[in-house]
Amino acid sequence: METATTDTLIGITNLSKYFGPFQALKNVSLTVAPGERVVICGPSGSGKSTLIRCINRLEKHEEGEIIVDGTVLNDTRESLDKVRANVGMVFQQFNLFPHLTVLENLTLGPRRVFKLSEKEARERALGYLERVRIADQADKYPRQLSGGQQQRVAIARSLCMEPRILLFDEPTSALDPEMINEVLDVMAELASSGITMVCVTHEMGFARRVADKMVFMDQGEIVEVADPETFFTAPKSERCQDFLQKILSH
Amino acid sequence: MKRFLTLAPMAFLLSACSGNWGWYVVNPTTTSGYNNLYFMISGAWNTILMSLTAILISVAVGLLVALPGLSEKRGWRNVNRVYVEIVRSVPILVLILWVYYGLPQVTGITLNVFWAGVFALALSDSAFQAEIFRAGIQSINKGQYEAAHSVSLNYTDTMRFVILPQAIRRILPALGNQLVYMMKMSSLVSVIGMQELTRKANELVVSEYRPLEIYTILVLEYLVLILIVSSGVRWLERRMSDDTN
Repeated sequence: METATTDTLIGITNLSKYFGPFQALKNVSLTVAPGERVVICGPSGSGKSTLIRCINRLEKHEEGEIIVDGTVLNDTRESLDKVRANVGMVFQQFNLFPHLTVLENLTLGPRRVFKLSEKEARERALGYLERVRIADQADKYPRQLSGGQQQRVAIARSLCMEPRILLFDEPTSALDPEMINEVLDVMAELASSGITMVCVTHEMGFARRVADKMVFMDQGEIVEVADPETFFTAPKSERCQDFLQKILSH
Repeated sequence: MKRFLTLAPMAFLLSACSGNWGWYVVNPTTTSGYNNLYFMISGAWNTILMSLTAILISVAVGLLVALPGLSEKRGWRNVNRVYVEIVRSVPILVLILWVYYGLPQVTGITLNVFWAGVFALALSDSAFQAEIFRAGIQSINKGQYEAAHSVSLNYTDTMRFVILPQAIRRILPALGNQLVYMMKMSSLVSVIGMQELTRKANELVVSEYRPLEIYTILVLEYLVLILIVSSGVRWLERRMSDDTN
C-alpha cells in the first residue's frame, strides 16, 4: 500500500472503474502534489471525466485506491465528508441552482456546512465574486447571465467552500467561443494563487500556459504523463501525437 | 369574465326549463328561504377546513413516502411501492367507512367524524401525492445533486434547499389538481355524518322535498369554491415562476 507523503495530495493507484460490462478506467495510477496544476486531455470517451469524478466520489471505483490528503476514499461517512470538504468541482454545464440568486448560490454551502452567519457568508461570497469579476451581478438569477458569467459564478461557488483541490470538468466546452477566454483568464489567475488544480480541457493554449503536468488518456488508460514542454514538442506515444495533431491543426 | 362564461349557459338552461321549479325554498328574500340558504352555505366552512387539513397531511405523508421510492436500495423502493399500491386500490368511500366504523374496533382509538374524514381523505390522497413528488423529484437534473455534493451539502440539505424547491415549482399544477379533487371527495364524508356542504343539502332535501333546487345550489356551491381554489393555485404558480425569471 502506498503511503501518503507530504508531497502527494492526491494519490491514485491501479484504479479501475466499470459501467456495467464497459471498463471506463483501466488500472490508472496518478499522483498530484500540493499546488500542482494538472491538465488531463484525450479524445472523448477516454475516461478523463470519469477519472476526476472519482476524485470527489461522484463516481465509485471498483478496484484500486484513491487517497486524498491522507484519507482513503470509501463509503464511510468520514471519508465522504473529508473528500467533499477538500475537493471542489466546476462542471461543464455549470450546474448553478436556478431557483437561487447568484449570491444565494454562493452562500448556501458556507452557511449550511460551516454554519457561517448570513453576514459572514455574504462577505465571503462577495469577495470571491469580486475575484471572478462579477460582483455587480450578485442579486441576479443564473438564467439572467451569459454562459461565461454563469461559469465564473460556478467557480466562485466552489471557491467559497475554500477547498484544497479544485477539479474542472471541461469548464469551457459548453460555452460560446467569445466567452471561453473570460473563464480561462479566471482559471489562469486561480492557477497562480497556489490552489491545486486538476483540469479536464481541450484548451491546449491554456494548458501550455498554466499546467505543471500534462496527462494524456485514451480508452480508459493513462498513455502519457509529461511536463507541458515535452508533451507539446516531443510526445512519445503515437496515440498522443495523433491527438495533438488533430486538436492543434485547426 | 371566465367565471361568467361558465355560469351563464347554466343559468340559461335552468331558466328555460319548463319543469316545476320551486325556487322559493332558497329565496333569500323570504325568511325560510334565507334560513335554508344560510343552512346550506354554513357547510362550506367544514368542507374547506376538512379539505385543507387533509391536503396538508397528505402532502407531508406523500413526500415521506416518495423519498424511499427514489432510493438506490431496492428494499426502500419496495416500501414505497407497497404503500402506494395498497392505498391506491381502496376506494375513498370504503376507506372513510372503515376508518370511522372499523378502526375503533381494531385499535380502540375512536376518531370523531371530522378527524376520521380527514384521516381517510389524507391517507387516500397521500398515495397520489407520493407519485407526484416522485415524478417531480426525478425530473430534476442529476447535475443539481452533483453540484450540491460538490459544495458539501448532506442529503437533507440537498433535498431541502436544492431539489425540493425546484421540484415543488414543477409539481404545483398537479398539487392544485389534487386539492380540487380533495374538495370534491370531501363530499363523501357526509355518509358518516360530517356537517359539510353535501350533508347539509341532504338534510334540507329531507325536510323540504325540493331535491332539484337544493342540489342545484349544491352544484353551484362546489363550483364557486373550486373556481376560487383554482384561481388561487394559478396565482401561486405565476408568483413562483416570477421568482426565477
